[in-house]
Amino acid sequence: MKGTFFDLKRYAVHDGPGIRVTVFFKGCPLHCLWCHNPEGISPEKELMLLPSRCARCGDCLRACRHGVLSQEPDGEVVADHSRCTLCGDCIKACARDAIQIVGWEATIAEIVTEIEKDRSFFDQSGGGVTLTGGEPLLQAEFTEALIDELKLRGVHVALDTSGYAPEETFLRVAGKSDLVLFDLKLMDEGKHKKFTGVSNQLILHNFRVFDSKTQVPVWARFPLIPGVNDDGENLEEMADFLASLKNVKLINILPYHKGGVEKFRRLGRENEFVVFNSPTEENINGVVKFFQDRGFKAKKGG
Amino acid sequence: MNERIKKLREQSLNTSPSITPERARIVTEVYRSPEAQAASFAKQRALVFKALMEKKKIFIDDGELIVGERGPAHKATPTYPEVCCHTLEDLETLNSRPKTSYAVDEETLKIYHEEIIPFWRGRAMRDRIFAQMTPEWKEAYEAGIFTEFMEQRAPGHTVLGDKIYRKGLLDILKDIQESLSQLDFYRDPEALDKKEELEAMAICAEALITYARRHAQLAREMAEKEKDPQRKKELEKIAATCEWVPAYAPRDFWEALQYYWFVHVGVTTEYNTWDSFNPGRLDQHLYPFYKKGLEEGTLTREQAKELLQAFWVKFNNQPAPPKVGVTAEESGTYTDFALINVGGLTPDGRDAVNELSFLILDVIEEMRILQPSSMVQVSAKNPDSLLLRALKIVRTGFGQPSIFNTDAIVQELVRQGKTVEDARRGGASGCVEAGAFGTEAYILTGYFNIPKVFEITLNNGVDPRTGKKIGLETGDPRNFKTFAELLQAFEKQMRYFIDIKIRGNNVIEKLFATYLPAPFLSLFIDDCVAKGKDYHNGGARYNTRYIQGVGLGSITDILSALKYNIYDQKLVTWEEMLEALKKNFVGYEKLRDRLLNKTPKFGNDDDYADELAKIVFDMYFNLIDGRPTVCGGTYRINLLPTTVHVYFGKVTGATPDGRLAGEPLSEGISPVQGMDRKGPTAVIKSEGKLDHIKTGGTLLNMKFTPQLLAEEEGLVKLKDLIRTYFKFMGHHIQFNVVTAETLREAQKHPEKYRDLIVRVAGYSDYFVDCARELQDEIIRRTEHESF
Repeated sequence: MKGTFFDLKRYAVHDGPGIRVTVFFKGCPLHCLWCHNPEGISPEKELMLLPSRCARCGDCLRACRHGVLSQEPDGEVVADHSRCTLCGDCIKACARDAIQIVGWEATIAEIVTEIEKDRSFFDQSGGGVTLTGGEPLLQAEFTEALIDELKLRGVHVALDTSGYAPEETFLRVAGKSDLVLFDLKLMDEGKHKKFTGVSNQLILHNFRVFDSKTQVPVWARFPLIPGVNDDGENLEEMADFLASLKNVKLINILPYHKGGVEKFRRLGRENEFVVFNSPTEENINGVVKFFQDRGFKAKKGG
Repeated sequence: MNERIKKLREQSLNTSPSITPERARIVTEVYRSPEAQAASFAKQRALVFKALMEKKKIFIDDGELIVGERGPAHKATPTYPEVCCHTLEDLETLNSRPKTSYAVDEETLKIYHEEIIPFWRGRAMRDRIFAQMTPEWKEAYEAGIFTEFMEQRAPGHTVLGDKIYRKGLLDILKDIQESLSQLDFYRDPEALDKKEELEAMAICAEALITYARRHAQLAREMAEKEKDPQRKKELEKIAATCEWVPAYAPRDFWEALQYYWFVHVGVTTEYNTWDSFNPGRLDQHLYPFYKKGLEEGTLTREQAKELLQAFWVKFNNQPAPPKVGVTAEESGTYTDFALINVGGLTPDGRDAVNELSFLILDVIEEMRILQPSSMVQVSAKNPDSLLLRALKIVRTGFGQPSIFNTDAIVQELVRQGKTVEDARRGGASGCVEAGAFGTEAYILTGYFNIPKVFEITLNNGVDPRTGKKIGLETGDPRNFKTFAELLQAFEKQMRYFIDIKIRGNNVIEKLFATYLPAPFLSLFIDDCVAKGKDYHNGGARYNTRYIQGVGLGSITDILSALKYNIYDQKLVTWEEMLEALKKNFVGYEKLRDRLLNKTPKFGNDDDYADELAKIVFDMYFNLIDGRPTVCGGTYRINLLPTTVHVYFGKVTGATPDGRLAGEPLSEGISPVQGMDRKGPTAVIKSEGKLDHIKTGGTLLNMKFTPQLLAEEEGLVKLKDLIRTYFKFMGHHIQFNVVTAETLREAQKHPEKYRDLIVRVAGYSDYFVDCARELQDEIIRRTEHESF
């Protein structure tokens, strides 16, 4: 059995307690317009260009046998992703590592080997592994097996999830982790559909049931996007919802940033990206205070 | 910080360094005297020291609490013509160079021209050294294979233990008498030498008492005239203090600091020792006085802090002695490397952290000055609170304090043969060098340019920069069938140059032991008095000589590039590689891109590269460690660069890791600048694969942006990163906390960033004072940003 990933970051210090390794699963059932890891949306491998590294030498074009790549008049390399077979010839040809395939497959043993490299840091700091994406539960079987293996090895596991998975799957897999980082974006169903592509009913349901049936601590993660979810109504509803739960230990306010735009560009999908306004410091602190005033432990950032 | 300290600090910051001819004149006068000419070398030095202590201009400045200066004014820097006699041209250079300049006035030039140069030319140690070096040594030195620490400065590099807090000089004089009375003129062929040495030490001890009492006298005179009753009282206390110490053991906190300071001035006046001198474990030494003062109600926490701050300013008033030529290149800074140690273990192995450790950290944070430099020693037994407090200062971004692993230092020193108690009394000094404080002479002898030796290997013994054949013919690399053959050739070349360096070292060690003993310093480092032997002649209990290896990251990436691209993947031929290096990659940009971007690099927790680092480390260690020195010491290795990686880079052509000709080499044991791409834990893992315990110090630099450390949580995680490194027995780690953007701004507008202090190597420096290449290099060091 293999999982598909698009990144593995070491010294992750914003995704749960201690020093962590964050494993990014590829593929997500949601399609949030503000997504800052768009390479995590598709479950398929994708060709990614990094123009900032590119020497515009054209080696990749010459190596490609499928006519995927071409150069603009100014030399910038562009890709016709529909023709790409992901053969990797262009990658071998590029001396600058300016062209990559995002997404690789690994077995449990392979991914655990990577994780274990930072074991000493987990032990010292009370850290561990954070499984995120994309959506790890889109590869539920693998995720479950990976959690089992990590638990056997005594590694702390945090599962970062959108909550969008069949109830039974969600309860079974999330229930095995030590901590759930539960993304909560919007309370209004219509808006949720509009901005993420899916209804929030399953998400809220899973959150509620999970909270009532398990003791696993949860950190709610709230991506703050001005004009989308920072209105009083959404905040009030969210606070009421979270107040009805018993295992929510912390609310992380994650300010929107425009980091995603460059990544959409690299994937040749800039047309999918909608630019929002970044929240001001005042904006962020106001929301943090809003939750704190309602008795929650809340903080800016993960 | 109170008004007094603010004023003293400002005054120190605003005073520009200058050269004073005072010391040179006094020294020359003594050497010309018939008395000195008839005396043994040890006595000559004692007479010099005595004259300096009796004749040096003294002054007590407004508001000062700790008194005594090396020069006749703050930052007036003496010269040491008996070690290195500057030419008029040198003095002009010092006066006019853009970085680390020293003002030289007409009067000084005249005195040098008329009195100093005529006497010392050909007689100074520097001249004696160059006269004794072999042609092979000179060629290697000129090629930039190694540097020589003692060509402009005296050996030194030692740190005071707890002796002066237990013994006044009158007690030490008794010890001298005891040693004299035990000399065996019937059987010991060295008895006369020992007698001369011990008598010289006695003259020096008395001279420092005289010097202190001159200050007592001056303070009394000033007190009589003083109108302000508060200052009058202070001057009376200064007078009483200088009357008591260093003759007797100190009785209170103030006396303890003043005693140390007199010794510091004495040591740095006797010679321009490398790494000035250093009180070492200050929180340990002062704690009994601090505790007693608080208990008896004679000292408050505030007073202790004020005294410490006044003490701090004194260090900053003493810029490093002027350096020129290669020495200025390898150590281009005003800082003179006094490294205050905080924390660590007690001699019986317990947690040594006390209230004063934290108070000293407060002082470091508030003073925010270049000198003294500071560090915290962190043992597994020390509390996290100490490390977190230190990191809060690190976060403010002036590069201090650096962080050391006590448990590694103790193991290193014990491996070298010290008792575990002496090891625990030790710490690190200078940049990162481990030493047994109060009992060891651990002298750095010069930097060794490992990548340059490799370059010469690639050119079959020829230095491509000059076309001269200076190395062995170890074969044309195109004929090396395997990577192992390449390594064998490299090892042969390394052995050849290390032998040349050690031969030179041994001659220089003997020259200093013979002509320029250090009877004053010998008073304080055990067992010089007991053995009747000089510090320069193996008098210390432990005698260690280091050759500091430079460019570990670079050489590792060089080997990785060749192994990967030529031997394993066969992507490149030797022909192509050698041609590309010769052309400095012009026309070979694509090859260079591949070398930079698609070749395994050190610092990424990748065994492919990291194993090669281990091979070079072991090679360097095996070629040096354990070899004897002529005066009874042992050679050891450490890995640190100060600023020499910039100079060594300048003399080294393009290298197979994609580095262009003239660019800096990697510094310390850090990965090549910008090549660590897997984040801080991967760097720590790679570094943790080295056997630090076999060294006397390694230097690891990391750069963090302020955002990553803005919150308490970020600091705690950094603390855990360090703790993990120390579990791997890493020796030292230091941080620059500043954005590359800020640094670039500072390059553009230096006038706006005069106060920007960055961590350079084992020390911090003003960014705008660093050479442009060094500035660029600091910017390139990977910024570890959050995500």
